[in-house]
Amino acid sequence: MRVGLLVTCLVDLMRPSVGFAALELLEAAGCEVVVPETQTCCGQPGWNSGDRAATRALAEKVLEEFEDCDYVVAPSGSCSGMIRTHYPALVENEPVLRDRVAALCAKTHELTDFLVNVVKLQEVPGSFAGTVTYHDCCAGLREMGVKAQPRALLARIPGVEFAELNECEQCCGFGGTFSIKFGEVSAAIADRKCRNIEATGADAVVLGDLGCMLNIEGRLRRRGNTTTRVLHVAEVLAGKVE
Amino acid sequence: MQVQSMHFKSRAQLALENKILQGNLDKFGSGGLALLRTKAVAAYGHAEFERLRDAGAAIRDRSLANLDAHIERFEREAVRRGATVLFAKDGDEARDLVLEICRRHGIRKAVKSKSMLSEEAGLNEAMEAAGVQPVETDLGEYIIQLAKEPPSHIIAPAVHKSKEEVSDLFVEHHGTPHKTAIPELTREAREVLRGHFLSADLGISGANFLIAETGSGVIVTNEGNGRMVTTLPRVHVSITGIEKVIGTLEDFSTLLRSLTRSATGQPISNYVSMFTGPKGAGDLEGPEHMYFILVDAGRTNLLGTDMQEMLRCIRCGACMNHCPVYRTVGGHAYGWVYPGPMGSILTPSYVGLENALDLPHAATLCNQCGVVCPVKIPLPDLLRNLREKQVDRGLRPASERLGLRAWAFAARHPRLYALGTKLAVRWLAFLGGGPKLIHRLPFVGSGWTIGRDFPAPQGRTFRELYRQRKG
Repeated sequence: MRVGLLVTCLVDLMRPSVGFAALELLEAAGCEVVVPETQTCCGQPGWNSGDRAATRALAEKVLEEFEDCDYVVAPSGSCSGMIRTHYPALVENEPVLRDRVAALCAKTHELTDFLVNVVKLQEVPGSFAGTVTYHDCCAGLREMGVKAQPRALLARIPGVEFAELNECEQCCGFGGTFSIKFGEVSAAIADRKCRNIEATGADAVVLGDLGCMLNIEGRLRRRGNTTTRVLHVAEVLAGKVE
Repeated sequence: MQVQSMHFKSRAQLALENKILQGNLDKFGSGGLALLRTKAVAAYGHAEFERLRDAGAAIRDRSLANLDAHIERFEREAVRRGATVLFAKDGDEARDLVLEICRRHGIRKAVKSKSMLSEEAGLNEAMEAAGVQPVETDLGEYIIQLAKEPPSHIIAPAVHKSKEEVSDLFVEHHGTPHKTAIPELTREAREVLRGHFLSADLGISGANFLIAETGSGVIVTNEGNGRMVTTLPRVHVSITGIEKVIGTLEDFSTLLRSLTRSATGQPISNYVSMFTGPKGAGDLEGPEHMYFILVDAGRTNLLGTDMQEMLRCIRCGACMNHCPVYRTVGGHAYGWVYPGPMGSILTPSYVGLENALDLPHAATLCNQCGVVCPVKIPLPDLLRNLREKQVDRGLRPASERLGLRAWAFAARHPRLYALGTKLAVRWLAFLGGGPKLIHRLPFVGSGWTIGRDFPAPQGRTFRELYRQRKG
């Protein structure tokens, strides 16, 4: 099974360790992982900023890079959701591209969804001692149906205690460029998320998207919280947490 | 109503700095209408409710696809039952029609049940100027009328006020002793309003729906004020948008199930009032004269366009109840009649894209609104649509356009992108220093670090490390 790893631009830039964790999890599941080296960004910033032409060009680039893979997997609900939920709208009037994009969408998955529902990973390599809580990132939850999958995988790690997060399905306030255009509002929304996280008493909040991760970690630290860890689910599952 | 939607940013900032408002919003967020809806949907059954949403969307689409025919049928049926049906192309015309009705019938005082369209038209101010006293009778509307504020929510207009603030307003305006218990406060409002109901010559209501097959208007209320407004005074005017016309009572019964559950978590509202023409021979109560004013005010500009789905809206408020932005800044920040996600689409559509530049961007696109909408309006898609229209019309700031263009160019040129990111991560990692946290980002990044630190990157891109690993 040939799996194309969509690293995502934020993982590439900010947290390469998350990309390697995803790579190792896929290899542990017996996949042949390919990482197209020309990949840059799925186009979401352009899409959400109203630049359809630029987004369409990037969608075609992603299509060419990944369409010969059996599956496309991203350690992100947001980027996989961009492909599956939004690419079709970009090429709806182009019959040939439309069919190729539909095929790409059908094989695109968020990482934990792929591990649970496609390769049915049994042995989770990770280890973690402590209490974790989980924040459901909006696109993963509402575009890709990611809810039970990360929880099921985390439950297989010995030593992980799980504490459910109040308002876990509420947005953390990131919203891409929203976080910069409306910094104060975005930070205030993140603050509520942080208060809920702190109320769980968990050692770490685990989640599946880099944007939310940076947002929540940034707000926790600004609040003076230096202890609650913010971890990507791939890092925990792969045992990449120091 | 005066359009302040250009100033979302500064108004949002004021809202964030208002401690009392933040307290009220915090309560609304944790235990408010969103929670009631969640419980009601669970009780109804999630799968069943999804079917209800599908049915609601289909009914609204059917109505909109033949809106002209539905409006004509409504007019015919309403006139046949003795009502007068008037049309207004905008809020100004609607206002003038109401003033004309006031003159014709010698009206001195009007009691009103909630009508968002009358807010669009700035009706209260115009009536006061014409010597007619308008009295809002929905408790929330009454409170904000005393406070001289616009509504901050479409179904809970005074949700931004605490009971202490309401208590102070009542002391000031009623000259009564200070009360703290909510039942005492509502009793006091009822006593004051009772006198107005009995002395008013005119009742003004909105309409949740207009039913074509019977020529009826319907309002859904919880306080009973709507029924008094529509039956006690000798003249009744129902003023609403043209998109509210639906075909049949059967359609209405389906929409009612999802409307009240989505709005307040109720299986049905305390009152569902249907008004069909004036008092007939043998009727014990009802107005002598009944008018419907159907207002366009921008609706037809959306018909037949890629924004038409917005006209499905049945004004339940679920989108704002679930919106992280609304829950953080409240309704007044949006600067016009309609707040939250539906407002961020309606306001630019009705007052002009260029007069509400921030609104389509004042959303995280989390789609909480989209999944709760009882008529399945793809709200985030429509917000994105408006962003696209801003770009197409050159309404975005030059710096943003330039930044976007540079990003798009680099993203299509992997070598350039690799070089750019390689440099950027090193620079950011340097800024992060030992604690790997950046307290102040330069340039546009300063928006981020106003309220957050920026966790620094690990220092090498995935691309570089992957190449090393492969050897």
